[in-house]
Amino acid sequence: MSADHAYAVELKGVSFMRGSRSIFKNVDISIPRGKVTGIMGPSGSGKTTLLRLMGAQLRPSSGQVLVNGQNLPDLSRSDLFDMRKQMGVLFQSGALFTDLDVFENVAFPLRVHTELPEDMIRDIVLMKLQAVGLRGAIELMPDELSGGMKRRVALARAIALDPQILMYDEPFVGQDPVAMGILVRLIRLLNDALGITSIVVSHDLAETASIADYLYVVGDTQVLGHGTPKELMASDNPRIRQFMQGVADGPVPFHFPAADYRDDLLGTR
Amino acid sequence: MQNRTLEIGVGLFLLAGLLALLLLALRVSGLTVGAGQDTYKLYANFENLAGLTVRAKVTMAGVGIGKVTAIDLDRDTFTGRVTMELEKRVDNLPEDSTASILTAGLLGEKYIGISVGGDEALLKDGGTIHDTQSSLVLEDLIGKFLINSVNKESK
Amino acid sequence: MRRKSIGERIRLLGRAGIDVVGSLGSSTLFLLRALFGRGNVGNGFGHLLIKQLFSVGVMSLVIIVVSGLFIGMVLALQGFNILSSYGSEQAVGQMVALTLLRELGPVVTALLFAGRAGSALTAEIGNMKSTEQLSSLEMIGVDPLKYIIAPRLWAGFISLPLLTMIFCVVGIWGGAMVAVDWLGVFEGSFWANMQNSVSFEKDVLNGLIKSIVFAFVVTWIAVFQGYDCEPTSEGISRATTKTVVYASLAVLGLDFILTALMFGDF
Repeated sequence: MSADHAYAVELKGVSFMRGSRSIFKNVDISIPRGKVTGIMGPSGSGKTTLLRLMGAQLRPSSGQVLVNGQNLPDLSRSDLFDMRKQMGVLFQSGALFTDLDVFENVAFPLRVHTELPEDMIRDIVLMKLQAVGLRGAIELMPDELSGGMKRRVALARAIALDPQILMYDEPFVGQDPVAMGILVRLIRLLNDALGITSIVVSHDLAETASIADYLYVVGDTQVLGHGTPKELMASDNPRIRQFMQGVADGPVPFHFPAADYRDDLLGTR
Repeated sequence: MQNRTLEIGVGLFLLAGLLALLLLALRVSGLTVGAGQDTYKLYANFENLAGLTVRAKVTMAGVGIGKVTAIDLDRDTFTGRVTMELEKRVDNLPEDSTASILTAGLLGEKYIGISVGGDEALLKDGGTIHDTQSSLVLEDLIGKFLINSVNKESK
Repeated sequence: MRRKSIGERIRLLGRAGIDVVGSLGSSTLFLLRALFGRGNVGNGFGHLLIKQLFSVGVMSLVIIVVSGLFIGMVLALQGFNILSSYGSEQAVGQMVALTLLRELGPVVTALLFAGRAGSALTAEIGNMKSTEQLSSLEMIGVDPLKYIIAPRLWAGFISLPLLTMIFCVVGIWGGAMVAVDWLGVFEGSFWANMQNSVSFEKDVLNGLIKSIVFAFVVTWIAVFQGYDCEPTSEGISRATTKTVVYASLAVLGLDFILTALMFGDF
């Protein structure tokens, strides 16, 4: 996996149809490496479909999906399996395996992709849980966790193999402000500290625009526009303006000063 | 759920199921183990085989000694030909033994009962029992009964 | 609702028919991929199977045993009543045994299984689908058909025949209890008549074969409905209902066909 490519993920001329309905027509997207890129758009515009295309859960009807320079639909089964080590996904609902406890959930990718001895697995799981602040919950079952905690454990699981690319599917939906702030911090932290490429799919303009280095706005089977949040806010394109209006009007209370959270995280653990 | 408890539970379940099958085989259906006993074949022709089926019991003095393994139509004599497989240990049947088709109980199934004759020569593997008594058919019985009563009346 | 024209009704009927055929096709592909596909199963298929055997088989034991007991006892009661008018009370043993082994055992166990274990499977898988656990598995590189579906399929295939045997045994012993201890049938003739009329190949084995066929169909329907459902709570509850209804109808229909095949030539 060469890290030379400036773009971690590229979609070139990708079209995707579901049944007879076209979800995307000839779309080009380039995700810059090492940055947080947001993909935004109204509900139903196919944002989650994009993630699934990038994660090789779906095949495009035409076009190329390049991850680290390799076209996913062309890969053999075992190559694709190896490729998955490079990608971590955080789903909207956390998607923890309900019959496994927190430890086993986070250890799952390690057990699938590696043959590490038990004590190494334990160390790695502890580290990942520490990173998301939930080391103490290691023996709990998913149904004993709150929604926010579930997502954090799912995040720990997503980074278990130290992937190069992290994809977040609607991470801000239905979160209370506390959990929201924690998540925002973690996304930024992981990205900067570990040099990961983060792709955040969301329709929450305020939060996404606040942490994204680069934004794509999609809708109506097309990419409506892309650029840095500042560029998009100053855009002349009426559709983008309309979409971004929500950002400017975003209520301030959603933002919390970072200092408080640091105290919270360190103080109560 | 603990691993151990799980495994023990499933193991017990499998055992219970197999035990059930075994019980059904032995206690409920009377399957005899030792079905590999040696057998020899005998044939018998009957005028009327009504109700006799393959796998019906063959008994002597009420004791099971074999079973019916095949039923065909004998095209030369236009009678029903029954193939029986008898246990080898009952190899001392005289040649003039009788085979009758009897009914077990009032509503029961048909089976073959063998009663011995007095001949010194014995039936061997592939031999035929010549003295046979066919199945009692209800209509014939009624017919006989009616004829008998008519005869009695006219006396 | 506006009234539909005849032409529209026919078209809808045709569409429904095509949908059924389509479902049959997709469920068959689903089954083949789950059983014979080369997807990654992650680790420890054996352990997954044991877990499923427990939740599908062992957890169904209570309802099966209790139902078997009651049905066996009722059969003995009713059978005794009916047979005594012919003076054939001694035949109650073989009546109970044959009824259970040939029909009630496989069919009732399958229906109970569809209601208890089948609906639980559908709900569980549907829930996994709606909380995106199946997608997570795919993203990690594990094929959910091999990791989630296949162990549950095999657990069903193995459990239902075993449960059927247990049901029959419990029913026959329950019937024996009622007939011998309560109604005064001679213990000796109860068992002797039964053993004389129950044939291993014809009755026990045929019942077992029926239960294997039912196991296949019920489990297949249950897991497919879960996998294929709309990933919402409404979708899940609809899928659970479909499982119970389709599985029950399938069991009853197949029972008729199998009975005709097995016992049809008297």
